[in-house]
Amino acid sequence: MTQWIEACAAGDVAEEDVMRFDHGGRTFAIYRSPSDTYYATDGLCTHEKIHLADGLVMDHTIECPKHNGRFDYTTGAAKGAPVCINLKTYPVKVEAGKVFINIA
Amino acid sequence: MVIVGAGMAGARAVIALRAADYKGPITLIGEELHLPYDRPPLSKASITSEEAPAPILLLDEDQLRSLNAIFINHTKAVKLDVKAKTVALSNGQSVAYDKLLIATGAKPRRLTIPGGEHAIVLRDFPDAEVLRAKFKPGKKIAIIGGGFIGLELAASARKLGCDVTLIEAQPRILMRGVPEAIAKIVHDKHISEGVNILTGTGLARLEAQAVHLADGRVIPADTMIAGIGAAPEVSLAAEAGLKIDNGIVCDEHLRTSAPDVYAAGDCCNFPHGMFGGRRTRLETWRSATDQANTAVANMLGGSVVHHALPWFWSDQHDLTLQIAGMGDLGIKTVTRQLSPEAFIIFHITDEGRLVGASGIGPGNSIGRDVKLTEMLIAKGISPSAAQLADPNIALKSLLKG
Repeated sequence: MTQWIEACAAGDVAEEDVMRFDHGGRTFAIYRSPSDTYYATDGLCTHEKIHLADGLVMDHTIECPKHNGRFDYTTGAAKGAPVCINLKTYPVKVEAGKVFINIA
Repeated sequence: MVIVGAGMAGARAVIALRAADYKGPITLIGEELHLPYDRPPLSKASITSEEAPAPILLLDEDQLRSLNAIFINHTKAVKLDVKAKTVALSNGQSVAYDKLLIATGAKPRRLTIPGGEHAIVLRDFPDAEVLRAKFKPGKKIAIIGGGFIGLELAASARKLGCDVTLIEAQPRILMRGVPEAIAKIVHDKHISEGVNILTGTGLARLEAQAVHLADGRVIPADTMIAGIGAAPEVSLAAEAGLKIDNGIVCDEHLRTSAPDVYAAGDCCNFPHGMFGGRRTRLETWRSATDQANTAVANMLGGSVVHHALPWFWSDQHDLTLQIAGMGDLGIKTVTRQLSPEAFIIFHITDEGRLVGASGIGPGNSIGRDVKLTEMLIAKGISPSAAQLADPNIALKSLLKG
């Protein structure tokens, strides 16, 4: 099943950065990599439910602003203590300058 | 490998040993009943959560099993013999080691004034459960000490509807390690949340239900709490003849003065590799992990100098503050205003070297820029004061510049 939702304009996210997107009571994080590819994950850190969009993107890593838990946002993989639970990721497509994520 | 102390540093050392592919036996010895757990929630969620709290475990039974580590709980290491390379335990057992990590942490200081025993302290999960039971609406709570523990407990007690007085002997709260501009915001926040703060106020004595101040005033209290700092737990090391000076004295590799014995966490005093070998002892969550990682690398034959930057945070009401680096080495400060309510103070030496950052703001508004400052310091990059002050210049661009 697919459920493509428009999250933002492509230009809303700076390169190597992240922004928060809330939809239907859920919160997501939309990333733009240094090589200009877009990704999406759940918006909250799996450690203490902090908004990752307040965190720091370096290359393909998002670091939580609270306790420095790190994830590879392209795969959702947790990269060691204090985080041990992976982030859920969502398919992303960019069409006509808009970023869509499949939240189904 | 034997690890004495099952707090943050001890638990992380177990994980680090296996992550480094160490295949031999690991024994972790802890004084507490519980499996290793996380301490930061003890002053906050463990007290204020609606549901009865459980310790947030750092290692559960399954993990200990899969890491093939022996955990001996509720047991004190009573004697270290560095010649025989054994540790005698309170249960009568003796454990032999090839390499030993001492991660015995710190113990809260107690008040030495008359009646000081009436003040309780917070260190472990049972302490938090005691406070949780006492923080009932309308109860009078007197907190002695305007440091992080005292302030976080004041915020938790207010959240639960207690009547809170915080007493600090120094002229302001957070004298140690926090710039005055940030302490002022924290102070004002607590006042607006209804905490009664008395600074520059000494104590005469405590009685069962009252704090008697040096100036003769009496503060009635159902519960008195001392948050006046912690002392490193060094008795095991000291009795074994290890060098002690504000903690167990280690070298830059976190080796103690005894062969094959290492230290990490709150009990460890070491020369910091990033700051010209300046000696320090850090009582922080992240340093416990960082030091465990360094010690383990060296226990396994490495020669790693401890470089990880000091960093910590505190949450009070809706404010978070974060401190990174060694701001007290700086003589100048530059402020970057991130929003009307959030800012970071950079600390700079007289040669212009960036050595620290202290930030405060609501929620998680400062975490990213404090992290970037850490990365700047670690890379030895010292932007100009004008660059640091200008919020339109991204710190990330300075890192890559």
